[in-house]
Amino acid sequence: MKTIRLSIIGFGAVGQGVARSILSKQGYINKQGINLCVVGIADSGGCEIDDKGIDLMGAITRKKQTGTVATCAESAFDLISNVEHEIIVEATPTNIKDGEPGLNNMLTALNSGKNVVTSNKGPLALRFSDLKEMAEDNGLFFRYESTVGGAVPIFNLVHEAMAGNTVIGIEGILNGTCNYILTRMAEERLPYELVLKEAQELGIAETDPTYDVEGIDSACKLVIIANSIFQDAVTYRDVDITGITKITPEALELASKNNYVVKLICEAGNGTLTVAPRLVPKRHPLAVGGTLNVASILTDLAGRITISGKGAGSIETASSILSDVLHIARNS
Amino acid sequence: MIVSMTLELKDIPGQLVLALSPISELHGNIMSVVHQHEEKTPRGTIPVQITFEIDQRVLDELIERLEKSGVRVARVGEERLRSSVSLVLIGHIIHSDIGDTIDRIDSTGFAEVVDLSLSMPAIDRTSSAYLVISATGEKELKKSLEILRDVADKKDLLMIEPIRLNSEGA
Repeated sequence: MKTIRLSIIGFGAVGQGVARSILSKQGYINKQGINLCVVGIADSGGCEIDDKGIDLMGAITRKKQTGTVATCAESAFDLISNVEHEIIVEATPTNIKDGEPGLNNMLTALNSGKNVVTSNKGPLALRFSDLKEMAEDNGLFFRYESTVGGAVPIFNLVHEAMAGNTVIGIEGILNGTCNYILTRMAEERLPYELVLKEAQELGIAETDPTYDVEGIDSACKLVIIANSIFQDAVTYRDVDITGITKITPEALELASKNNYVVKLICEAGNGTLTVAPRLVPKRHPLAVGGTLNVASILTDLAGRITISGKGAGSIETASSILSDVLHIARNS
Repeated sequence: MIVSMTLELKDIPGQLVLALSPISELHGNIMSVVHQHEEKTPRGTIPVQITFEIDQRVLDELIERLEKSGVRVARVGEERLRSSVSLVLIGHIIHSDIGDTIDRIDSTGFAEVVDLSLSMPAIDRTSSAYLVISATGEKELKKSLEILRDVADKKDLLMIEPIRLNSEGA
């Protein structure tokens, strides 16, 4: 049995989802000859470190009761640089201004010889090529499947299953909150403000929804796609962004009468990066409803491949993280 | 120019070739042929719809050649606007002079607004419009979209265009 030691940096919904899925899939993973051992967990309050393996259920319970996982005063930086392990799972919240604290966590990890798996979009939207280069220079893995499309495996699909194809373009819906709002507005003929409020009450939209509804989150994901799939060294500032706040129920109704739905579509291809509301024919594979995400990849050999699935959620995101972790475990 | 013609052929073998060869002789580029064998006219002839691209100067010559060979030319029409796109506009569409917005497209000579539906929920709320623009070709359509994008930007209208890569459907 190969033991792979990892740390989880950031213990919110995603970090806890990773812990839960490692717990529930332990037997399944062991059968593949791999033993995942979490030796450290960090959140903003501090760390828990145990080189024999942390009691994950205990950590989740403590986080719930006290608000932090911390049992010692060490920082995430100490955990990443001083505790021996192979993989850090970076799951701190996305910050699009300077990428912190995720960016520094990732740089520290790559500098101290640790592979990085992340769900954090901010550092990738700002410094993708630096991070990738650093990982390559140090012979380390840098994987980020869960940053785009949640559970939908876009990067693994393109880089592995579709290896040999040249990707001509990608179009997709990469923000579940916007998709939910537009779907509800069209179905119920309700104005934007009302549906936004409903989404906030359901926990689908944040109290400050700017990041989602102005297309910023979608743009970050598009930047990661552009860097990873098109090898374009672009950043968030290179995306032409239009959000959904001006869309009226009447516009959706007019579109519907003519067999269209309106979706916030991310487009990459032809050297342009756009996030904007678009008309999608009702029976088109991109016309998915609710909070679903979808990506349609146009390639030279395979033609068009479209995948859709859950774009958010603690366990769904952990699914992508776990696949990255297992990829490293099998190949290192 | 692109021409669409309805021809009437006698119900005997070899008539379709008779109808098509003058078009190629005059360097026309045939784009589609719809041969409705089961739909006879009261005269007992078979109607055929042909669309082709041809130099306008040889059109009369073509019609003459067709009639001489016994093919009846029932209808000749110019297929001017061949490419279309659907759009949605949101904003103060009326008060930002909708007439001018449409004129900007119509005045190009190669594109027209061929359909328009409006929804104005209340005086103090923004309006929404669905419109279809047709143009003489794909290139012209692209150009007309660029014009409208510019107009929408200046008039602070949100313009929702169709998806691009995948627009032809599944």
